[in-house]
Amino acid sequence: MIELRNVYKSFNSHHVLRGVNLKIEAGEGVVVIGGSGTGKSVILKHVIGLIRPDKGEVIIDGQNLADLSEGELSHFRKRFGMLFQGAALFDSLSVWENIGFVLKEHSRLPKEAIMEIVKAKLAMVGLRGIEDKMPADLSGGMKKRVGLARAIAMNPKIILYDEPTTGLDPIMSDVINNLIAQMNQNLSVTSLTITHDMKSAYKIANKIAMLYHGEILEVGTPTQIQNSKNPVIQQFINGSSEGPIRVD
Amino acid sequence: MRFFDRFGKWIIRFLTEMGAMALLFYNAFIYIFRPPYRLRNLSKQMESVGVGSIPVVLITATFTGMVLALQGYTGFKRFNAEGLVGTVVALSMTRELGPVLTGLIVAGRAGAAMAAELGTMKVTEQVDALATLAVNPIQYLVTPRFIAGIVMLPLLTVFSDFIGIAGGYLISVNLLGANAGAYLQRTTQYLEMEDIFGGLLKAAVFGGIIAGVSCYKGFQADGGAEGVGRATTGAVVVSEMLILISNYFVTAFLRS
Repeated sequence: MIELRNVYKSFNSHHVLRGVNLKIEAGEGVVVIGGSGTGKSVILKHVIGLIRPDKGEVIIDGQNLADLSEGELSHFRKRFGMLFQGAALFDSLSVWENIGFVLKEHSRLPKEAIMEIVKAKLAMVGLRGIEDKMPADLSGGMKKRVGLARAIAMNPKIILYDEPTTGLDPIMSDVINNLIAQMNQNLSVTSLTITHDMKSAYKIANKIAMLYHGEILEVGTPTQIQNSKNPVIQQFINGSSEGPIRVD
Repeated sequence: MRFFDRFGKWIIRFLTEMGAMALLFYNAFIYIFRPPYRLRNLSKQMESVGVGSIPVVLITATFTGMVLALQGYTGFKRFNAEGLVGTVVALSMTRELGPVLTGLIVAGRAGAAMAAELGTMKVTEQVDALATLAVNPIQYLVTPRFIAGIVMLPLLTVFSDFIGIAGGYLISVNLLGANAGAYLQRTTQYLEMEDIFGGLLKAAVFGGIIAGVSCYKGFQADGGAEGVGRATTGAVVVSEMLILISNYFVTAFLRS
């Protein structure tokens, strides 16, 4: 279970999070939506401990991340998998070295066994025969899928997705959405996704939470969010420039 | 009032940066002794810093030795002491020019590469990705570069010393007509192990500075390509300044 309790975070004088409360039950897939630059990725980075809150608590499976030392936190992260917005593949390593990286670092498996797992994970994301390619040789969609294969290499219990469909064409976006939905269902993981792509949100979420002005405005099922009376949510999900959300 | 405000902010920023850099140096050093030891990663960095710098060090040292011999000859001839050219070339190269020039060259070549590589990794979230995969970015990225700097700079300096002395010999014997045997004898006569080891100690300090500063600047990069460019320039400028400043203090320490 993931829980953010009254989390505040500022960068210089810019208050990004102003008391975020969010609870994700085990096995649940929650999508946080919100405009660009509203602090969605900051929430994600709090959950995996890359950023520490100025105030408030981040609790994962009953463990307050603030109580962990840097070494303990690093060990704790083994239960996470994370897909980055730009995939963040290590560009000096080949595809198989990227996916097998975490196995090489944290297991004593021989190279052959790692290679087998890499092939299996690549097959799960619909890719074959690209083990020896370098990230620079891959398209945006392939990079995302390799990033996803790397995120699930250690069979994590929690997967975090940062803007999984940003920068992809509509068809590739749908491929990634289907993959994430399948992954959440088949691997029964807890997932937290950050996106402003509503099509993606409806497809992969059990629950959707709207972040606005540094706070979670509303949480609900995709249907509840679609039927929300809140004008901010209606403006956002309908992608309208008219409404209470000001575009500076 | 505005002046004091700005000056105060500058001081705070400077001290914050110095503190963060010192912390990075400390952590990179501590992780040298903590497993896992990634030897493949380390050898790759040693090759990049050391082997990759050989051509530029070769050219710089050769021509520095040659010009030292020419200038030394011109100066010493004025009071009939041409015989001392070999001694001056050897002492200048081992005590000062070998380590300092090698340091400046490596800062421009390997230091810039380190800052650009880590800066790109930072802005493309590869550094964060490392952390999410439960790997400490300092241990994985900085420590191998730190060791490579400390080990390879002295080795490059030995090479530079030798090549510089050879360059001086070439000019003195072949162009200025010095006696080969006498020149070699003068080269070694006044050269002491202390001169060579002092130079190597300086080189190790410079290697640590280059790696530490360049990695720090790379980790501070933000804002895409422009940020990486700023980090790279900053890494070279700060490394070179610190090399020249620390050169004085190490020399003073060795004299005491």
